[in-house]
Amino acid sequence: MVAIEVSGLSMTYGDLRAVDDVSFTVAEGEFFGILGPNGAGKTTILETVEGLRRPDAGTLCVLGEEPWPRNARLLPRIGVQLQTSAHFERLTAREQIRTFAALYGVDHRRADDWLERVGLAEKAATRTEKLSGGQAQRLAIACALVHDPDIVFLDEPTAALDPQARRNLWDLLRGLNESGRTVVLTTHYMDEAEALCDRVAIMDHGRVLELDTPAALVRGLDAPVRIEVLAGLVDGDDLRAVPGVDDVADSDGQVVLTTRRPAVALSWLAERDALEGLQVRGATLEDVFLHLTGREYRA
Amino acid sequence: MRAVEPQERYVGRAVVGPGRRAFLSIAAAIAKGFLRDRAAVFFSIVFPLMFLVLFGGVFTGGERAEIEMVRVGEITVLDELSSGAREAFDQTFEVREGEGREAAVAEVRSGDADVAVEMVGDTLVAHYTQTDQAAAAMTAGTLRAFVDGANVAASGEPPRYDFVPRRVEDESLQPIQFVTPGLLGWAVAMSAAFGAAATLQGWRQSKLLRRLQLSPAPTAAVVAARVAVTVGVALVQMAIFVGLGVAAFGLQLAGSWWASVPLLVVGTLSFMALGLLSGAVAKTAEGAVNIANFLVLPMAFLSGSFFPLDAAPPWLRVVSQALPLRHLNDGMLDVMVRGEPASAVLVPMAVLVGFAAVMSAAAVRLFRWEGD
Repeated sequence: MVAIEVSGLSMTYGDLRAVDDVSFTVAEGEFFGILGPNGAGKTTILETVEGLRRPDAGTLCVLGEEPWPRNARLLPRIGVQLQTSAHFERLTAREQIRTFAALYGVDHRRADDWLERVGLAEKAATRTEKLSGGQAQRLAIACALVHDPDIVFLDEPTAALDPQARRNLWDLLRGLNESGRTVVLTTHYMDEAEALCDRVAIMDHGRVLELDTPAALVRGLDAPVRIEVLAGLVDGDDLRAVPGVDDVADSDGQVVLTTRRPAVALSWLAERDALEGLQVRGATLEDVFLHLTGREYRA
Repeated sequence: MRAVEPQERYVGRAVVGPGRRAFLSIAAAIAKGFLRDRAAVFFSIVFPLMFLVLFGGVFTGGERAEIEMVRVGEITVLDELSSGAREAFDQTFEVREGEGREAAVAEVRSGDADVAVEMVGDTLVAHYTQTDQAAAAMTAGTLRAFVDGANVAASGEPPRYDFVPRRVEDESLQPIQFVTPGLLGWAVAMSAAFGAAATLQGWRQSKLLRRLQLSPAPTAAVVAARVAVTVGVALVQMAIFVGLGVAAFGLQLAGSWWASVPLLVVGTLSFMALGLLSGAVAKTAEGAVNIANFLVLPMAFLSGSFFPLDAAPPWLRVVSQALPLRHLNDGMLDVMVRGEPASAVLVPMAVLVGFAAVMSAAAVRLFRWEGD
C-alpha cells in the first residue's frame, strides 16, 4: 500500500526554485528519510505534503486524500512535529500534551501514557520553557503521536541536540514505526539517515539526486574500503606491494591503505599479526553525497 | 427500493470530537499562559489600578488644600471680619505670622507659602506668585472680596446686591466618577491589543499557528478561544475597577451602568483587531507589543482616559472623534456615571464594530504565515 505519492512537485519563492520537479512514493509502514543540506528544499516538501502549502505544480496524494486545501479527513490521521518546538507558552509538559490530545478528542490518560513513553513522566510538572532541547523535542514528538496517527512527519527532530541527546532520540524514533506506522523524517545528518531510514532521498538545490536504501546507495558508489593500521607494525612499501591495494598514506601515527579487495589486504595483515588498532571503513552516505554533488557536505 | 447511501470513507478512527472540546482546551491553555505571565497580569490589571488609586485616591481628596498665608504686621481689615466672613476666611487660608516683610516674600518666592499680606496705610498688599495659577487667582479674588466687604461695612450702608454661590455639578463630577470609566477603557484597550498582538506574533514565530492548522481543531474554535479569554480578562478588569471604585473611592454608578458591559465587550473586540493588525505587521512578538503600545498609549491621552478633554483645544476634540477609544470612553462615561439611558451606548458600539471590521480586514490582508 502506498501511503504518500508525490509526483512532479515544484515550489517557487520569487526567483528561487525551492522544489524542482520532485517525485517519490512512500510505502505504508516505511521509515522514509529526506536528506540534504540546509536550503535543499526538505522542509518545503514536508510542509506541502502535510497540507500547509499549495503546490505550485504537481500532484500529491496522502492516504488517498489530497492534503491541500486543509483536509479535515486527513488531519486526524497525520502527526506532525515542526522544526521549532511549537508549544503553548508557560504550560507544563503534562498540560501541553493534554491540550494537544484534546484537539484530537483524545483523553488525558492516553496523553499521560505518551509522556511516559517518551521518558518525560518525571518532567510532567515542568514548564516547557524549562525543558532541555532534547526533552522539548521528545515532548513535541509525543504531541505529534498522541492521537496515534498513521503517518508521522518529523522535521529535523535532532537538529541542535548534543550527540548524547541525539542517540537517545534515535532509540525513540526507531520504535515509532514498529506498529506499522509510516514515518517521514528530514535530516541533514548523514549518520541519522543511515541509522534510521529504510529508504533515503538525497536532495540538493530542490532536486532529488538519488533515492534508495542507504545500503544500496553506498554500494552503488563502488567506493574503495579504507583500512587503518598502527604505524610501525608494517612497512609502507611492503603494503604497497599487496595485491589490490590502491594507495598507502601515513596520517597521525596511522597507516591508511585504500583497497577494493579488503579480504586480501586483511589476511595479509593478519598473517603478519598487525591487527592491533585496526579500523576498517566502508563508504558512508557522506561519500555518496560527495560523489553526487562533487563537493563536501555542508551541514 | 432503498436509496443507496454513498459508502462512507474509512477514516481509521472515531470521528474527532467537536470544536467545543478544542475551544475549551485552547481557551484553558491561553488563560493559564496569561495568568502565569507576570508582566501581562501586571500591565493589564495592576498597572491601570495604580493609576486608579493615584487619580481616584490622591486627587479625590476633593477640596483643594488650604492656601498658606503669611501675615506681616497688623492687618486690620482681616482682623475686623464679621463672624460669617471669618469662617469663610478660615476655610480658605491657613494663616501664620511672618518675620518681617522680606522674609515673608522670600517664603512665597521659594514656594513655602502661597501668599504674604501686609497693610500699607489703608491698602492691603498681597505678594503672590503665578506658579500655581488657580491658587493665585483664588487668593487675589478672595482677598478683594474681603476688602470690598470691609469697605461696604465701613460705609454703614446695607449692601445693595447680594451674592449666593450654587454649584451646578452634582456628585458626578467628582474625579473618581470621571477617571474610573476612562482608565477602565484604557486598561481594556491595552490588554486586548497586547494579548492579540503577542499571541498572533508569538504563535507565528513558534509555529504553533502552523501546528494548530495541522490539527483537526476548527479555525473558528482557535479564534473563539483567544477572543473568549480576552473578553474574560476585560470583564475581570471591569469587576476589579468598579468594585474598588465603589468600595474604596466612593464611585457612584448610574442606573444604566450595566449597558457598559456589552460596550466593553465590543470595545475589547475592537482593540483585539488593532492588536491583530500590529501582530500581522510586526516581525517579532516584542515588536508587535511595541506597535500596540505606540498606538494605544497616545490614543489614551487623546481620548480623555487620563484627563477630561473639556479643556483641550477644539481641533483636538475633533481629532479624537476619529479614535475608537474616545467612543469607548464616552459611552462608558454616559452610562456609568452621567446617568444617560442604556441606548447611549448604541452609537459608540456601532463605531467600535466598524473600527474592528476595518482593522481586521487590514490584518487579514497584511498577515503572512512566514514570520522570518
